[in-house]
Amino acid sequence: MFRTDTKRVIRSGYRNFMRSGFTSLASVLIMTITLVVITGLLYVQTTLQVALNNIKDQVDVTIYFTPKTPESDIKNVETGLNKLPEVASIVYISQDEALAKFKERHEKDYLTIQALDELDENPLGASLNVKARDPSQYETISKYFEQDTLQAKQALTVIDKIDYHQNKIVIDRLTSIINGAKRLGFALSLVLIAISIMITFNTIRLIIYMSREEITVMKLVGAGNKYIRGPFIVSGMLVGIFSSIITILLYWPVSWWLGSQMTEFLGVNLFKYYTSNFFQLFFIMLASGVIIGGISSIFAIRRYLNK
Amino acid sequence: MIYFNNVTKKYKDETLSLDSVTLTVAPGEFISVVGHSGAGKTTLTKLILAEESPSDGTVFFESTNIHKLSSRELTKFRRRIGIVFQDFRLLSNKNAYENIAFAMEAIGATDEEIATDVPHVLDLVDLGHRINHFPHQLSGGEKQRLAIARAIITQPELIIADEPTGNLDPLNANEVVEILKKINKLGTTVILTTHNRNVVDSIGGRVITLEKGRLIRDDKDGKYMI
Repeated sequence: MFRTDTKRVIRSGYRNFMRSGFTSLASVLIMTITLVVITGLLYVQTTLQVALNNIKDQVDVTIYFTPKTPESDIKNVETGLNKLPEVASIVYISQDEALAKFKERHEKDYLTIQALDELDENPLGASLNVKARDPSQYETISKYFEQDTLQAKQALTVIDKIDYHQNKIVIDRLTSIINGAKRLGFALSLVLIAISIMITFNTIRLIIYMSREEITVMKLVGAGNKYIRGPFIVSGMLVGIFSSIITILLYWPVSWWLGSQMTEFLGVNLFKYYTSNFFQLFFIMLASGVIIGGISSIFAIRRYLNK
Repeated sequence: MIYFNNVTKKYKDETLSLDSVTLTVAPGEFISVVGHSGAGKTTLTKLILAEESPSDGTVFFESTNIHKLSSRELTKFRRRIGIVFQDFRLLSNKNAYENIAFAMEAIGATDEEIATDVPHVLDLVDLGHRINHFPHQLSGGEKQRLAIARAIITQPELIIADEPTGNLDPLNANEVVEILKKINKLGTTVILTTHNRNVVDSIGGRVITLEKGRLIRDDKDGKYMI
């Protein structure tokens, strides 16, 4: 009995969807817009996330030590910093490494290299390159040395400079921009998704409104509420299924273009993102489409069934 | 079979549609309800179907007060009644076969029953050749015959025909009346509303006359008299 009913409901919903031709097409297109918006926001979030990570990666605090500081002193500072929960990683650059890097950077600048060679000893100090887990934590790290502890005082005697103070304004500004973009992006996503869901819901409601006479007839013929509602839900879900297929197909050329032309600018290859997350993306579209379509139908038909 | 006990129906805008109507319908009767537009004929049928509730009084179908039924019981109750409307009210997205199959599916008939009964009933109303046509491809008379086929497929105890001839030419109207008479002869109670003199005279059964919501005449072997 249940199987027969399910079969009939699905068949009836499928026929209604197919026979409504233009109306079905219209709702599929509207739903497609919703899914395009949802997927677009996923793309934006991904790009934003990658960009944020890149920026975060570029921010660091470098502690320069005066030349000739014994390595043991530097190691002491490193272990002290490592105890801070905010510190993500520390890279130690020795005096020799610093010199090598300097020479590499000024490879073509003979005058500087010559001047450097004139000196008997290495004028560059060793340094510690510290990365924080989050850009907002750099201040805490640099304040570590302002503390009134023995360790900090000892460290200050061998530290030449901490370039956080030089970068402070830039870092602060970046931190607030990043946080702002995140919050704005999230709020915007919610608003856009809400609007497009409302439009889709309204479209489905209009379609069911056009069928209100038929719903009355079905009731008078003796059909139960479940049996009347079923085909409408199936139609709504079909709208979702077809729209998700259209959307995933639409995103193929779009992602390809973004991947081939915009990878440098965005800092992420979106075509790669599309191909490696294809099934995940399609599943998100399908699930959103089917859920929005199905639930819209349930809500839209409720008022006609309760009469 | 049906008892109207002092039934009054007032709509929200204070129009009095039925005014203290008391009425009994016996099983197997063919009743014509006549009256001008707005006399309360359609309200009468809506009350039997529980599409509307009475403002006062009670309507019984056998021993059940139909306005006290739950939504689920109401669905079951409606399966005992076949309905034919002036404007046909067919399901426009379904073809002739599916329109009738829907009524059978609604009462839980099996696929086999549907496959044998539907072509049979379509032949009965002379629509065998229109089985795959959609309502918009049928003429007025054909639509009404399809609607009658839908109403009788579930073998109801009562058929309510609300102005079934209102949108038809005399020839088609006559055909519809003949079909209804045939159904009545097979034992189904029929309640037909109309304001068509020829229809009433050709049926020649019991005639109930409504005027401004009041039952003013109930003749055993009536004629159309307004």
